[in-house]
Amino acid sequence: MRQHKGQQEPYIVFDDVSYRYPGSGHAVKKHPYVLKHVSLTIHRGEFVAVLGENGAGKSTFCQALNGVVPHSRGGRMRGRVIVGGQDTQQATVAEMAQQVGIVLEDPEAQLFTTSVLSEVAFGPENLGVDPGEILRRARWALEVVRLTGYEDHPPTALSGGQKQRLAIAAALTMHPQVLVLDEATSQLDPLGTLEVFSVVRELNEQYKMTIVMATNKGEEVAEFCDRVLVLHKGELIAQGTPREVFADTELLQRVTIRAPQVSQLALYLAEREVPADKKRPADEKHPLAAGCSLSAGCSLSALPITLDEARRGIVQLMRGAD
Amino acid sequence: MNEVFQRTATAVAIEIEDLEYGYQPHGVMALGGVSFAIRRGEFVGIVGHNGAGKTTLLKTVVGLLLPTSGRVTVGGVDTRQTTVADLTTWVGFVSQNPDQQLFAQTVVEEIAFGPRNLGLSEEEIRERVAMGIAMTGLEEFRHEFPPALAKGDRARVVIASVLAMQPEIIILDEPTTGQDYRGSRQIMQIARRLHEEGRTVLVVTHDMALVAEYAERAIVLCRGQVLLDGTTATVFSQPEVLRRTHVMPPQITQLAQTLPPELGLPTDALTVEQLGQAVVERVGQRRTDVFYPRTDVFYPRVPLKCRDEGRDV
Repeated sequence: MRQHKGQQEPYIVFDDVSYRYPGSGHAVKKHPYVLKHVSLTIHRGEFVAVLGENGAGKSTFCQALNGVVPHSRGGRMRGRVIVGGQDTQQATVAEMAQQVGIVLEDPEAQLFTTSVLSEVAFGPENLGVDPGEILRRARWALEVVRLTGYEDHPPTALSGGQKQRLAIAAALTMHPQVLVLDEATSQLDPLGTLEVFSVVRELNEQYKMTIVMATNKGEEVAEFCDRVLVLHKGELIAQGTPREVFADTELLQRVTIRAPQVSQLALYLAEREVPADKKRPADEKHPLAAGCSLSAGCSLSALPITLDEARRGIVQLMRGAD
Repeated sequence: MNEVFQRTATAVAIEIEDLEYGYQPHGVMALGGVSFAIRRGEFVGIVGHNGAGKTTLLKTVVGLLLPTSGRVTVGGVDTRQTTVADLTTWVGFVSQNPDQQLFAQTVVEEIAFGPRNLGLSEEEIRERVAMGIAMTGLEEFRHEFPPALAKGDRARVVIASVLAMQPEIIILDEPTTGQDYRGSRQIMQIARRLHEEGRTVLVVTHDMALVAEYAERAIVLCRGQVLLDGTTATVFSQPEVLRRTHVMPPQITQLAQTLPPELGLPTDALTVEQLGQAVVERVGQRRTDVFYPRTDVFYPRVPLKCRDEGRDV
């Protein structure tokens, strides 16, 4: 996990946002609002993960960032969403598209041309961008996602990971300030998933691009993201660093989100009081503090959430007690 | 009925010999010479990069695709010699997207559709529906409209309707994609129960933690060929080979593999429990050398007056 980068400029603001989809079907009556009083701030250059169970409102949240909710979906929205100083309800979807790029779960749902190059050129072409500039942007975007050399390939001939990276490139040629990824790695093989996460991190670090990523991959979130938002039944019920969220056992009991396996191991050991350090007063609120298994300094901040931390912790634990 | 007897008698559920499959006459071969056999009652995970041929392989087993060359036999019968309809009573197929398989007005009707098409009596149909619902825990949704259910529940409806056919072999194609953690677990628990009942289970997934935890054997595909085939422990012990097909062992296995060997922890641990237990044991062993007061053992409280030599406190 990375340290906070200290950017304090609020870029995305949700001000008491509630939203319901149109229609009056059975499902709608049961759960009228899919977002309920969501208020939050995301700073420029942050890499934020959105976690939550199916039906928590993650996709709706993502689509509220580029105005597709409510403009294209209809329904009713209360409160305000501000992105880069623009109120999404005042701006059109086309205007928002120049600020916010979005990549969906199924890349095939957003790839439609016959070559990789025409795919990435489509967005800026529609903005009337100068052809030379389009080509420059296209080359840059394909380089960023490591698809240089594939310009003439049909998108259908690419692998899943490549398709997903192409969808990202197509969003990049619009020069967005914010990149939103909605479960963009859920269909990918393990290495493809890692590729997408690392490309996104590069964009975040090199271009200070703000990233919002709805995902279920706890291990990658722990490794790559600055902050985690947890949605539950339309409400924002927690936010914090990956470490804070994955160590919050009460939260994890309430919402079944997937913590990294190494954090699960720490929890497993803590429940069995390994090591049983009797000198340390048990902190009832946080069981790990009573004897955090994988680190000598047993405190919340010592919970391992990445592979390297866990390795160090175990070595220390096994050798330290000798 | 003869055919049924012949099938149940065989110990091999699926046998694949030199299977090749190409989607177009002159296109790339999706499968180029795959051979393996799956015994009855095995729980097999099939993994590999996007486009490795996993789904194609599954479709040849259920008879939706016939081999370009080579042979696929299910329960001793060549898929070329039989029909897809006949195979459905032997192999249940849960496709990647549950919504492609849902069409009825209620959950009960959805599950009853298959058995009804087998020409079973109403009573038998009712029994099978009840069994399917019980196995998947869908009691509360009996009369719901399937598309209105949550994604995890929709997937379970499809599984229930497949189970109502009472297939010997159950095939799940990426059942956990798009499912949250709870939904994934629920589906894998159902698969485990079916396996415990003696059925053959095949699961295609990109989630290696689930393969490690639930499957006994892993078949690793790469560009239409079998790269590795063995127990999950053997397969995941070869991270370098797995990388060639864009697969990595689960995080906990990666941790176990990179721990210094002198710690005496299992380097092939597949689950959090396995590695956790080993740590608990090792740490416990070391502690037996020294006196270590345990809080979980009941030490009888010594009456104060004994300690104070008769003086009553």
